[in-house]
Amino acid sequence: MDNVILEMIDITKEFPGVVALDHVNLVVKDNEIHALVGENGAGKSTLMNVLSGVYPHGTYTGSIVFQGEECEFHNIKDSERKGIAIIHQELALVPYLSIAENMFLGNERARGGVINWQETRARTSELLARVGLHENPDTLIKDIGVGKQQLVEIAKALAKEVKLLILDEPTAALNEAESAHLLDIIRELKRRGVPCIIISHKLNEVEQVADSITILRDGATIETLVKDVDEMSEDRIIKGMVGREIKDRWPARESEIGDVYFSVENWCAFDPIDEDKQVIKNVSLHVCKGEVVGIAGLMGAGRTELAMSMFGKAYGRKITGTMKKDGKPVEFKTIQHAIRHGVAYLTEDRKTAGLILINDIRENISMASLGKLSKRFVINRNREIQVAEEYRAKLNIKTPSISQLTGNLSGGNQQKVCLSRWIFADPDVLILDEPTRGIDVGAKYEIYTIINKLAAAGKAVIIISSELPEVLGISDRVYVMNQGRIVGELSKQEASQESVMRCIMQSSREG
Amino acid sequence: MEGTQLTNRNRKIQFNARQYGMGIALIAIMILFQILTKGVLLKPLNVSNLIMQNSYVLVLAIGMLLCILTGNIDLSVGSIAAFIGATSGVFIMDFKMDPVLVLVLSVVIGGVIGAWQGFWISYVRIPAFIVTLAGQLIFRGLTMAILNGQTKAPFPDIYTVVSAGFVPDVLTDLLGPISLFGKQLNLLTLAFGILVSVLYIISELRKRAEMRRYNFAVLSPAMLAVKVTLMVVGINLFTFWLNDYKGIPTVLVLLGVLIMIYSFVTSRTTIGRHIYAFGGNEKAARLSGINTKRVFFWVYVNMGVLSAVAGIVFAGRLNAATPKAGVNFELDAIASCYIGGASASGGIGTVFGAIVGGLIMGVLNNGMSIMGISVDWQQAIKGFVLLMAVAFDVLSKKKK
Repeated sequence: MDNVILEMIDITKEFPGVVALDHVNLVVKDNEIHALVGENGAGKSTLMNVLSGVYPHGTYTGSIVFQGEECEFHNIKDSERKGIAIIHQELALVPYLSIAENMFLGNERARGGVINWQETRARTSELLARVGLHENPDTLIKDIGVGKQQLVEIAKALAKEVKLLILDEPTAALNEAESAHLLDIIRELKRRGVPCIIISHKLNEVEQVADSITILRDGATIETLVKDVDEMSEDRIIKGMVGREIKDRWPARESEIGDVYFSVENWCAFDPIDEDKQVIKNVSLHVCKGEVVGIAGLMGAGRTELAMSMFGKAYGRKITGTMKKDGKPVEFKTIQHAIRHGVAYLTEDRKTAGLILINDIRENISMASLGKLSKRFVINRNREIQVAEEYRAKLNIKTPSISQLTGNLSGGNQQKVCLSRWIFADPDVLILDEPTRGIDVGAKYEIYTIINKLAAAGKAVIIISSELPEVLGISDRVYVMNQGRIVGELSKQEASQESVMRCIMQSSREG
Repeated sequence: MEGTQLTNRNRKIQFNARQYGMGIALIAIMILFQILTKGVLLKPLNVSNLIMQNSYVLVLAIGMLLCILTGNIDLSVGSIAAFIGATSGVFIMDFKMDPVLVLVLSVVIGGVIGAWQGFWISYVRIPAFIVTLAGQLIFRGLTMAILNGQTKAPFPDIYTVVSAGFVPDVLTDLLGPISLFGKQLNLLTLAFGILVSVLYIISELRKRAEMRRYNFAVLSPAMLAVKVTLMVVGINLFTFWLNDYKGIPTVLVLLGVLIMIYSFVTSRTTIGRHIYAFGGNEKAARLSGINTKRVFFWVYVNMGVLSAVAGIVFAGRLNAATPKAGVNFELDAIASCYIGGASASGGIGTVFGAIVGGLIMGVLNNGMSIMGISVDWQQAIKGFVLLMAVAFDVLSKKKK
């Protein structure tokens, strides 16, 4: 194996309370496209962050051998200097600068600090041609589509004489034609001697383009499939990704499902900035009293947008469709309106949209229910303290005091504060968006228990989660969402990781 | 219940430490200048002066604090104050309108101007910096246009009484003069001190009873007695001091009422909580059902109203409407809030802090003037104090 370009040996990376990577091995050859697949949270991104120096040498164990040389990267610059370029899902381009300016950002064609624009433009045209993009180098980044931006990123990497290109979900935001073009470019690069690691959820693409596939699951390498040696069908890949016994990770619950309590029909919504882009397409769903309904799907499927558009139009424009609660048609014009009608939405992003990190636990819990705690605008502070103490005990928020700032709490405890806020608001319908994202296993279990209690109390609960096992483990019924549509509805018996994945894959192919 | 008690005790101590920090800085500066000015600073005459000189900036600082809590500032307040002075002058001196009516009208105009700016800031989402910078130019220009570049004077008595007058000693008129150590006492001033002390004691006792009812830990009787005695002695020393000159400046009453109302609103009401939530995390506030646009809008309406009040007080103090009134007031008000511990990114700050910050600036000004330091140096020193105060705040937070 003299043509191995990268070898990652026995990589172990721990975060407080979680082992993110557990003795992971990865071998990439210099003439291949190597796909890295696994569920969300399997450790793909962590592994790539270790490789690119985002997690510096010393914060993990194991070794990285690149071009036959053991490497210790202390930051991204180190790995870039060696020729490793990573292109993240969120592109690192400056929208109001031109393609040429972006191309050489931080790497300017300059002498003595004076930029040589002729050379910059000429080199840019050259590089753009290599990725099959025919654009004027002076065009602003904001004026070209995401697909082309992706290509600019690749060209930018080529400008730095890249030896190994890493693409994290490169086609997630692209349409069919753009994706096909991008994959062609990657193949072309491989022919010209630039190998590539590609992280993707779109298994059909992986099947088409990859020379070998490494499958990660729960932070461990499961297997590496090699083209022409192993079978590389989608089904085979899914089996590798999923192949786990579902252990007792979900507290048992006797579901007592009542009548249909909350529903939407033909629900449509458009992007708030781009008015012509339809984000939610004719969605119909319902949830019963005492029922936990899961919405599964990949990132970018439109689940959060759907939830927020139902929550008093917190997202989107030109929202149409009918909404019914307790048999009566309702229309929530504002978030206040939705809350008053007993609907609660727990955000997926507790740090930027959920908590006020500079305020304490008490103020964060009371935030959505100040009306209940006040008389003629005057807040009853003592009652407020009592409530906060009550929820601290009930949800087992681990903190020395309710006057602790929420910014100082761990993820799990922060999430419990968010949940406390909404439980205290006493809604009938709870929409929980990624309720266990980024929290450790123990806290997850506690949150599942809370969800079970809510359902047992007759609440209608909708759960959005990117972790398939979680959706399957706690839901009574699962909707599968993809590209703004509901593409499947599965009963508890029908729902499995394979069946959900199949719904998504099928619709992706059709769409 | 034991956990609860511990919690609340910690809370109390933390809370006070922060407030005391600013108060202690103020007292230190006062002692410093008391020495440097050889005792002139705290002479009763000068204390009255100090209050009157700074009253309009303190009024503005209260409103500015709310803007800063949202994470923004208002650069137009000085111009609005000047504009209100100008319109008042024209209404009273040219149109011969009733002064009381003009007072009311001025406040309304302030509110309308605030609504105008609030509309652009909150509903159209133009950055407050830009809207109020425009407002600064617009209302300065309008002021000069209305006044034709000239000064209008004098204002009727009601204006000067508000900003430069003293509360008349009706008690002495009623009871006849009483003297102590050969000096005639201002009975109303002393009675006022006693009244405030009694109200303070009642509120402390009520708070205690309320906390008891919820089974919370309360201060031990001895501690409470110490705290109450200190406050009562402080209040009465202050009024006794004022009594030595002409009694209570009218504007102090106005200021006291404003401070009480705004402290209450910011710390005890849902409206206040909404403002803090807005500044702390606008997205989270919105998703918790707070009407963030409305909160933002009303903060600027309020700023307009308080700018008008400051304009009235300043016009009365000068006893004239001039085109140059209120220049740089906005900067003093903003500096007061920051010195008083408000955070530039929003969500942190108190009315009490802003007032202490304003007083620190005021004492610096006044003390340096008495010492005969030129205005140029005063500016430079004030700027340096602002930087140091905020740097201290930032660094002490980092350490944690």
